[in-house]
Amino acid sequence: MQVAIQGPWSPLLGRLTLSAIPYTNPILVGTFAVAALIALVVAGAVLYYKKLGYLWREWLTTVDHKKIGVMYIIVGLVMFFRAFVDGLMMRTQQAMAIGPHSPGVLGAQHGYLPPFHFDQVYSAHGTIMILFAATPLLTGLTNVVVPLQIGARDMAFPYMNALSLWLTTAGAILVMLSLFVGDFSSAGWVGLIPLTELPYSPGVGVDYWMWAIQISSIGTTLNAINMIVTIIKMRAPGMGWFRVPVFTWTTLSTNIIGLTAFPILGVVLALLGADRYLGTHFFTAGNGGNLMLYTNMFWIWGHPEVYFLVLPAFGIFSEIIPTFSEKPLFGYTTMVAATFAIAGISWAVWLHHFFTMGAGADVNGFFSIATMLVGIPTGVKVFNWMFTLYRGRLTFTTPMLWALAGLFLLLVGGITGMMLAIPAINYTVHNSVFVIAHFHCMVLLVAAAIFAGVVYWFPKVFGFQLDEKNGLMFFWSFITATAIVFTAMFALGFQGETRRLDYIFNPAWRPMLWTEEAGMMLYLVSIFYFLRMLYVSLRDRVPVASDPWGTARTLEFLTHSPVPFYNFAVTPQVNARDELAWRREHGLDKAQPEAFEPIHMPSNTGVPIIIGMLSLTLGFGLIWRIWWMAGFSLLAIIIAVIIRSFDKNLGYELKPEEVAAMERNLATASIIAEQPARTPLTEAEAH
Amino acid sequence: MATQAAPGAGTRLFHPHFEGHDQISARTLGFWLYMLSDALLFTGLFLAYAVLNNPMGAAGGPIATQIVNPVEGMWQTYAVLGSVAAYSLATVALKKGSMVGVMAGIVISILLALVFLGYEVHDLMGLMAQGHGPDSSGFLSAFFVLIATHGLHMVFGILWMIVMLVQIPTLGFSPNVVARLLNLRMFWQFQATVWVLVYVYVYMIGAF
Ligand code: HEM
Ligand SMILES: [Cu+2]
Repeated sequence: MQVAIQGPWSPLLGRLTLSAIPYTNPILVGTFAVAALIALVVAGAVLYYKKLGYLWREWLTTVDHKKIGVMYIIVGLVMFFRAFVDGLMMRTQQAMAIGPHSPGVLGAQHGYLPPFHFDQVYSAHGTIMILFAATPLLTGLTNVVVPLQIGARDMAFPYMNALSLWLTTAGAILVMLSLFVGDFSSAGWVGLIPLTELPYSPGVGVDYWMWAIQISSIGTTLNAINMIVTIIKMRAPGMGWFRVPVFTWTTLSTNIIGLTAFPILGVVLALLGADRYLGTHFFTAGNGGNLMLYTNMFWIWGHPEVYFLVLPAFGIFSEIIPTFSEKPLFGYTTMVAATFAIAGISWAVWLHHFFTMGAGADVNGFFSIATMLVGIPTGVKVFNWMFTLYRGRLTFTTPMLWALAGLFLLLVGGITGMMLAIPAINYTVHNSVFVIAHFHCMVLLVAAAIFAGVVYWFPKVFGFQLDEKNGLMFFWSFITATAIVFTAMFALGFQGETRRLDYIFNPAWRPMLWTEEAGMMLYLVSIFYFLRMLYVSLRDRVPVASDPWGTARTLEFLTHSPVPFYNFAVTPQVNARDELAWRREHGLDKAQPEAFEPIHMPSNTGVPIIIGMLSLTLGFGLIWRIWWMAGFSLLAIIIAVIIRSFDKNLGYELKPEEVAAMERNLATASIIAEQPARTPLTEAEAH
Repeated sequence: MATQAAPGAGTRLFHPHFEGHDQISARTLGFWLYMLSDALLFTGLFLAYAVLNNPMGAAGGPIATQIVNPVEGMWQTYAVLGSVAAYSLATVALKKGSMVGVMAGIVISILLALVFLGYEVHDLMGLMAQGHGPDSSGFLSAFFVLIATHGLHMVFGILWMIVMLVQIPTLGFSPNVVARLLNLRMFWQFQATVWVLVYVYVYMIGAF
């Protein structure tokens, strides 16, 4: 039943041949050289400092939510950089390939990227930014923060948490691999149908795109389950629902969206996979396939997904703005209600992504009004933040600046979104770069929130602050670049530039395109300051108090900085909504527990990373149709899960004296400290 | 604000020896959430089926009325419900702590599930032999994939039961094993529910 494919196939290597390695493309060879160099340096450093054992024991096999969160953030930052370079390449191509007389180099007729390569670049850019940069970065932050914020020791399922991380990482590795082995999809991040069908995309590109997303979204779904259970079941005593911090609330709502939306993505990609591998006709152009079925199902996931990204960003703002206004959040209850209202409405608006694709006026009208309804709860949120700022004692630290800039982006993105929600307007600007500018305001708001969150919580995790001076430079260069690039892009959208152009036929757009390119250069400057911020902070390592900002309000700032790997020596009792602020107000914020008690901790395990890497080989085998490899990997995953289920997994116990010693010398308890081997509990001790 | 009372003599700042949540209830909730995502997966498949079950989706080939056999489907339904009933008897035995009872229930459950799968394979093979394979039209694609996805869930359930047949005698009724047995019960009942929906929607409504 397997469908016929073009080109050679062998049982041992599937479709893989030497010609799949793009050694003739100087851009990719250069990229490979740089990537290989970085990999060598990192591997060399690990071996030279004899850190291999440390890396394995303390990081790769960890089940600690903070370390897992930090690794999510690292994966997200690497992918963010990769996708930024994709963006830079697209902008540069469009700045070069203007008009019929523009020269071409490297085999391109105009500019330096031939269309097939250009198409892969934008497809990879979108896929990575949404699924492998923004999503892991936010998952990372929620992983680090939420258990601390609700006073828990860890996530509800620490082992599954590690598994989620490694599945996401496997997907990210697959995307990166497509650079050097084969090629990536050229059908857009949305998988334009029927372009993604086998007759029109006979190569492995679409398979890379499809399996990378499929594997990582299983990770996201598992993480959603984990987060929801953690928030429902693991809150500290005294933390009733109306004392839950808003970031935790938004995490809950976002993961409800994730849990309900990602399975639809899984189905639609699986059906596309069935078309490509088994020759079925779900979305084919003939034989009863239905193209709109794909488009609808994709966006039934796709629109909730954008709110999956934006709600935690709103949560981050809701933490940072009160802290640096020295006031409680205005309208807590309405904030929570608005969060869930947005989440609910996000389910009923997907059709606004294809108003132009033939639905009647009544259907378009329904989805238009539904879309505009989102503006009401969003407006409630904006006003709540404004009233929090009003008459507050404001301090403009970098997290605060990122948050405020995020509000501006929200304003522009939200208003242009409302414009797009009107079908009559949509017909004229759909598929133009106006849409691109709209959603980049939104996703850059998410990026701003991520940077705000990273700066805000970094000292909590590592015990020292990120350098403010370079952080400010990073902020201003990044935000100015954003303003330049996307203002020009809105203008181009109104002038009729359609999206995804590898060649610009209208020279009148040149000034705006060059303006955008200048903005991209400024983004490069911002990357320099970002790296310098990291470098200076790591070099100086100025230690901080448990509340580095002095005005933080929530529970995570009650425990020490750096946070010990067991989070709280003794579980705190929650007495107020803003517990830390309440304690500070009553002079109780320095109170320490009277006595320590034994702490039960889960043991590390290598199974998650093994399953993650097996799913990588599973994906690779499926992409290249190396059936033995795929079959072996699948079988090995099942066996690994079964073996793991026989593990009695009782964890270990920290003795009170040990805890006391670590509380005195926090460096020994931080997540970067190496822990001594600890003996697991026996069955008798566990009960 | 009501939530911001001033501290008094009884105010506690820490809660030593906090018991926390109980592991089994967290796992049960987690499993419910997993089933919710599974339910959405089937929703997606039903959606595709509903959209493609018409002459246009059938592209000249058969639609549901011409190929489904509600009588055979009824025997399948009996098998699946019998399997669930056998598993329920196993959980009754679990309450009594009877290892033999639990294992016997599971074995019967597996056998009935195999009967179910046997019918299903026979049914699908028969269609393929008549030239109505999943690659012949949009409708048949949706039909095969919906049925086969449910079948795969059943296969995994059987695999899970076999693992439990090994774990019960080796690990005893440890909390982990009991939690797995209870989650498996939910999984099994859920798959039966999905089958009933398939039966009603595809085999019964489809027959007219
Ligand atoms: C006030 C709320 C919002 C409204 C009213 C809105 C409206 C719209 C509309 C009508 C479109 C379709 C435009 C077209 O293709 O013709 C669109 C596209 C898009 N929006 Fe929004 N949006 C909102 C918020 C967001 C948020 C919060 C995000 C992300 C975090 C986002 C991300 C996107 C993306 C990624 C696309 C385009 C996807 C593509 O075609 O590639 N939007 N938006
Ligand atoms: Cu949308």
